[in-house]
Amino acid sequence: MSLKTKLILVALFGLVLAGCSTTEEEINAAEVADTAAEAGATALGVESKEGTIGEVLEDDETADAASEDAAEGQAGEDLLALRVIYFEYDSADITAESQAILEAHASNLIINPGIRLTLEGHADERGTREYNLALGERRAKSVSRVLQVLGVGEGTIQTVSYGEERPAALGHDDSAWGMNRRVELLYGN
Amino acid sequence: MWSRVLITVILLAVASPARAVLTIEINKGIEAGIPIAVVPFQWSGEGVQPANLREVISLDLNRSGRFESLPKRDFLSRPHSLTEIRFKDWRLLKAEALVIGKLRSIGPDQFEVRFRLIDVFKQKQMVGYVWKVSRSKLRSIGHKIADIIHKELTGLRGAFDTRIAYITVVKTPSQGLRYLLQIADSDGFNEKTMLDSNEPILSPSWSPDGRILAYVSFEGGRSTVWLQNIKSGKRAEIASFEGINSAPAWSPNGKKLAMTLSRDGNPEVYVMTILGKKLQRITRHTAIDTEPAWSPDGRYLVFTSDRGGKPQIYRVLASGGRPERITFQGKYNAGASYSPDGSQLVLVTNQGKGYRIAIYDFASRSIMELTRSQLDESPSFAPNGGMVLYATDSQNRGVLSAVSADGRVSNLLKFREGDVREPDWAPYNR
Repeated sequence: MSLKTKLILVALFGLVLAGCSTTEEEINAAEVADTAAEAGATALGVESKEGTIGEVLEDDETADAASEDAAEGQAGEDLLALRVIYFEYDSADITAESQAILEAHASNLIINPGIRLTLEGHADERGTREYNLALGERRAKSVSRVLQVLGVGEGTIQTVSYGEERPAALGHDDSAWGMNRRVELLYGN
Repeated sequence: MWSRVLITVILLAVASPARAVLTIEINKGIEAGIPIAVVPFQWSGEGVQPANLREVISLDLNRSGRFESLPKRDFLSRPHSLTEIRFKDWRLLKAEALVIGKLRSIGPDQFEVRFRLIDVFKQKQMVGYVWKVSRSKLRSIGHKIADIIHKELTGLRGAFDTRIAYITVVKTPSQGLRYLLQIADSDGFNEKTMLDSNEPILSPSWSPDGRILAYVSFEGGRSTVWLQNIKSGKRAEIASFEGINSAPAWSPNGKKLAMTLSRDGNPEVYVMTILGKKLQRITRHTAIDTEPAWSPDGRYLVFTSDRGGKPQIYRVLASGGRPERITFQGKYNAGASYSPDGSQLVLVTNQGKGYRIAIYDFASRSIMELTRSQLDESPSFAPNGGMVLYATDSQNRGVLSAVSADGRVSNLLKFREGDVREPDWAPYNR
């Protein structure tokens, strides 16, 4: 393999990494690779400013992806739109309905390994604040356990409890309390 | 292991005197208190009197439920010294006791307060005191006088000259919700803000010497336990383990803090030494164990656990051991703390009619409800055990209320702004 070919390979590797980097290590690797790519470009006699003109990329992939999505069905997509798991009074039990939502999110997390999920546990206002803080944690951990059973890595999930301190609904009735006994699924990295 | 301890000087306590409470609503019981006549104090000095001592004393006495301060429009005379008293005037009003006094300017920001408590039937002074203080201490002297009257006439020292801590939540148009850790006199006056945060604050707890507040703050994005010096405003994070750090409770000697940590995966009660931060795990159960509180002799901890299926109160030796269940009556009992004499607990109960404040009596093993609303919480005894301060709801706003330990009299402290919650009544020393 000639030096020229090696440099081109390094440059390509760098671009690939830069495209999908998420974790800190990969970002560092990408930075290193970018430098290598620049060096490669220079070695190839390509001026970087010429890159602004760009090359037309043919779209030969989204059509396939779209048909795959359609095949996966509407249901999964709808479930991913649901980011809140609700609970009964003084309970951290996962309902069948919630289980389906969590299955959709678990699949999503498995195919997007770089993404992290924060599970924020909450309680309604009834009873003491400290007990509710513990209850919020129990709910978040209950959701976390289900996701882990479904194959999501422990390191992907983080739990936090706000108890009754951050109500979603402000009333003092059953409907407000029902909205507040919840775990919110917050995506992030 | 031990996480870092941050020591940061935050906002110095900002005084906003006499601003906090709009009204104190007193709901009297059927039984009348001791009738007492508090004569307006004689003011000698420039301009208007710097404090209305009669008002401070009367309100305190009425709030306790053990007294009835007679209206001054009925007073036939207004004595200020022993020789001016015509006892017949007070017998006519059926006053059992008479309070007279003088307030005098004696120098730049120096005032002399003279006070006498007189037995109307025996026609004799029971007690008399004189103080020399600055203007800012005058209301405190009024509370002290009420404490003395309470002691002389009921045998129990009053708890008016004490402070309370609480959390106020205010809505601001620009910053959303703001959480304030505040302290004030027992009647809500002389409010000071100790901490102003965009994240929730809860569970303030006074150290036994009244100099330090422990509390839970979410400022780091999760619950951690902090200590803050009342005078200097200096604060430090004392527990920030993985998971929940919450429910701090001081041991009676002020050397340890009981708290709830979920660092081992599940909320458990721990005891931490303040110096050295040595940690001892007290409970071991897969259920929720939280809200520890010390017995006055430091031997026991009570805590809330749902190990039996529903939240109930348990007791364990503070040195560790096998917990025993204390409450069996009702589907929900939580947030307990001891009375100063250790014979009772005050707690939040649900006996099927809502979340209410109740007293558990160790001798009779019975629970007596003190309040009648739906969402009462966070009860704490006054340092004399005579009253219980708690958080409740009034017209969709969080307010503080105090109820006598026999449930006979209650009063609402209506603050001017925000939701007020999580009160803790300070000990005597200050």
